[in-house]
Amino acid sequence: MNGLAGQIAASPAYAEIQRWLAATPPEDLARKRGEAEHLFRRIGITFAVYGEGGDPERLIPFDIIPRIMAQSEWQRLAAGLTQRVKALNAFLADVYGKQEIIRAGKMPRALVVENEALRPVMAGFTPPGGIYTHISGIDLVRTGPDKFYVLEDNCRTPSGVSYMLENREAMLRLFPRLCHRHRIAPVSRYPEELLTTLKEAAPPNCPGDPNVVLLTPGPFNSAYYEHCFLADEMGIEVVEGGDLVVQDKRVFMRTTAGPKRVDVIYRRIDDEFLDPEVFREDSLVGVPGLMGAYLAGNVALANAPGGGIADDKAIYPYVPDMVRFYLGEEPLIANVPTYLCERDDDRKYVLEHLDELVVKLCKGSGGYGMLVGPHATAAERADFAARIKAKPADYIAQPTLALSTCPTLGDKGVAPRHVDLRPFVLSGKEVRIVPGGLTRVALREGSLVVNSSQGGGTKDTWVLEGEGPLEAQTDAPGQSQSQEQR
Amino acid sequence: MLSRTADCLFWLSRYMERAGNIARGLEVAARMASVAGDEAGEEEVWRSLLVAAGCDEGFFGKHDRATQDKVVHWLVFDEDNHSAIASCLAAARSNARSVRTALTVAMWSSLNDSWNELRAMSVDKVEGEKLPGFLEWVRERVLLFNGAAHDTMLRDEAWRFVHLGTMLERADCTARLLDVRHEILAPETDGAVAHAQWQALLRSVSAGRAYQWVYRDRLQPRKIAELLILRPELPRSLMACHSEVAKTLDAIAKGQGGRTGECHRLAGEMQAKLNFGRIDSILAGGLHGFLTELIEHTGRLGTEIEAFYIRH
Repeated sequence: MNGLAGQIAASPAYAEIQRWLAATPPEDLARKRGEAEHLFRRIGITFAVYGEGGDPERLIPFDIIPRIMAQSEWQRLAAGLTQRVKALNAFLADVYGKQEIIRAGKMPRALVVENEALRPVMAGFTPPGGIYTHISGIDLVRTGPDKFYVLEDNCRTPSGVSYMLENREAMLRLFPRLCHRHRIAPVSRYPEELLTTLKEAAPPNCPGDPNVVLLTPGPFNSAYYEHCFLADEMGIEVVEGGDLVVQDKRVFMRTTAGPKRVDVIYRRIDDEFLDPEVFREDSLVGVPGLMGAYLAGNVALANAPGGGIADDKAIYPYVPDMVRFYLGEEPLIANVPTYLCERDDDRKYVLEHLDELVVKLCKGSGGYGMLVGPHATAAERADFAARIKAKPADYIAQPTLALSTCPTLGDKGVAPRHVDLRPFVLSGKEVRIVPGGLTRVALREGSLVVNSSQGGGTKDTWVLEGEGPLEAQTDAPGQSQSQEQR
Repeated sequence: MLSRTADCLFWLSRYMERAGNIARGLEVAARMASVAGDEAGEEEVWRSLLVAAGCDEGFFGKHDRATQDKVVHWLVFDEDNHSAIASCLAAARSNARSVRTALTVAMWSSLNDSWNELRAMSVDKVEGEKLPGFLEWVRERVLLFNGAAHDTMLRDEAWRFVHLGTMLERADCTARLLDVRHEILAPETDGAVAHAQWQALLRSVSAGRAYQWVYRDRLQPRKIAELLILRPELPRSLMACHSEVAKTLDAIAKGQGGRTGECHRLAGEMQAKLNFGRIDSILAGGLHGFLTELIEHTGRLGTEIEAFYIRH
């Protein structure tokens, strides 16, 4: 047992789950796991894993043991998330506006103006409501009962929310009694909140009820399932680049009844591919003229182009300063201490402590281009040391935290595994957060990497309406057990 | 509805219908070839199937002679042939996949299962003695898909484009089957020689028994032509298909507040021609000329539908 396993066992939020796990025979848990997998296969939720051969359309492993959080814990977390996303939006408005944070000396100029994620075309333009990152996924890790850290911000096109929703559906179907006893705050209104947020992003000149669409790169994208799922839940069209046409700086979709005006585009295409006239010329999935229509204020894009600079790994160490600078508040959720290899002192420390640190490529995502020092071989560490020396600005390093664990069903029974959490923060006229998120779990023993592309799995995340399960004090475990088994 | 969605639904059902029609054509040709008597007659059977399926040019670009093995492979598996059964199922599935949410679960699973099964099939599973069983399987899978669409889809625009695709493809197929055999329907045809061919023609549109139920008479070329062209009772007659096409186009227009275009006019014209036509005057004017014009109009109608609803 490592990390927080002992403390979690003692937490009242987990009392009922502990009892349930103790009382349920391993073969019943295995059977339920099989049912869950069958359920996910039938629904067809897959995630593409590239470069390993075999079937690229795979199922993300789902762990049937939920991750549980008491309401008071969640409240504190939600306040911190709201604060952080407000700061990120303020930062983006500043980057594309007066750049006061640079002038105040709080951030190196080069870090902004030479940043790959900066979109100069956005300079001087203010999106409706001043919001840039309408949908943000904030990755959190935990090291103690009330100690959360932000591992990473995602302000481009964060994915995974369909798992938050489908995991809950699966749990409600597999364990209705257990769910009921826990009084779990529902997550199912997420699509509605998302639609409201997107409608609030509509340009001021949009007449009446805005026409919102989801722009996908198409069926070969790894998150295509999620695109269709969300659009279906919101009752909006999934469009591909070829379905949209720009005329007189207005965007229309081609329908059987003729062109129909589009007001808000929830785009799940990266910046570079949005508009071949402005970004990558070779983009086949974008819409020529889209940026012209956007900058003329005739259509909204969520998230705004250029938001990626706020979640850049080299910008990340400055987010706590952003909170102080723009909001005049102390950050409620801390950053993981981060070493910038570009800085001489930091680099020296990193190279001397490679066996203790996690090294990340600034441009990398999805767990690629990463060194987990304590688990790496001497050869791998030497390789990274050479890479850092060659291009110091491309790398950051963080200590491996004593990450919390959550009980997880493995092949040898229940064992603690490391988890992280990605809540989804919606920014419209107000900030909305559905209580929960995507819990990712590192299924390999001792592993710290939770990315689905690296063999990670997911769990349902239960935010309780109260501090503990409903019948934890009154219900006899034997009785509740027999109910669950029916 | 998005034009792309309409496009996918329209072609999805066209490809499924085409797969069924190719299977039916192969069944009849195999039977005809086995009673043809000589090699030249046999080869003529396979050649005319290729012409009816509209893929003779591609075939003869690859092969010199139309033998059974080569034609069967070309029409079932050959990836160079867009109308091969395997190509049709693959195209139908790929269309379905990109508009997955516009389909019902029953439609998707019938299609997906067919595709998966065919993908797992080896070539020797469909050759020689096993060919009839395989062709029956294809027809059944198409029937299952059509049944799933008919029984589970909401009667909205999505259904109308699916139905439109099926009916337009079916109309085209019947006209081509008839045209490639128009000579055996000439009034002076010798019944003793042509009887087997008449039967084959009827079977290729699943109308072997239907003829007897409608006419209760010996096979006569005039009546066969009338059944396949003008009788509304036969689900694969030109009249039946084109009246569904026109009706469906009207329903789409009505759903959009009456917006109509050239495709509606053309569909109406073709339906009227069939509705008020008489078989004697069609035969007197020349069956081949009549059918050639109809095939050309059906092709144009497809183009006009796409121009009006999809590629505007």
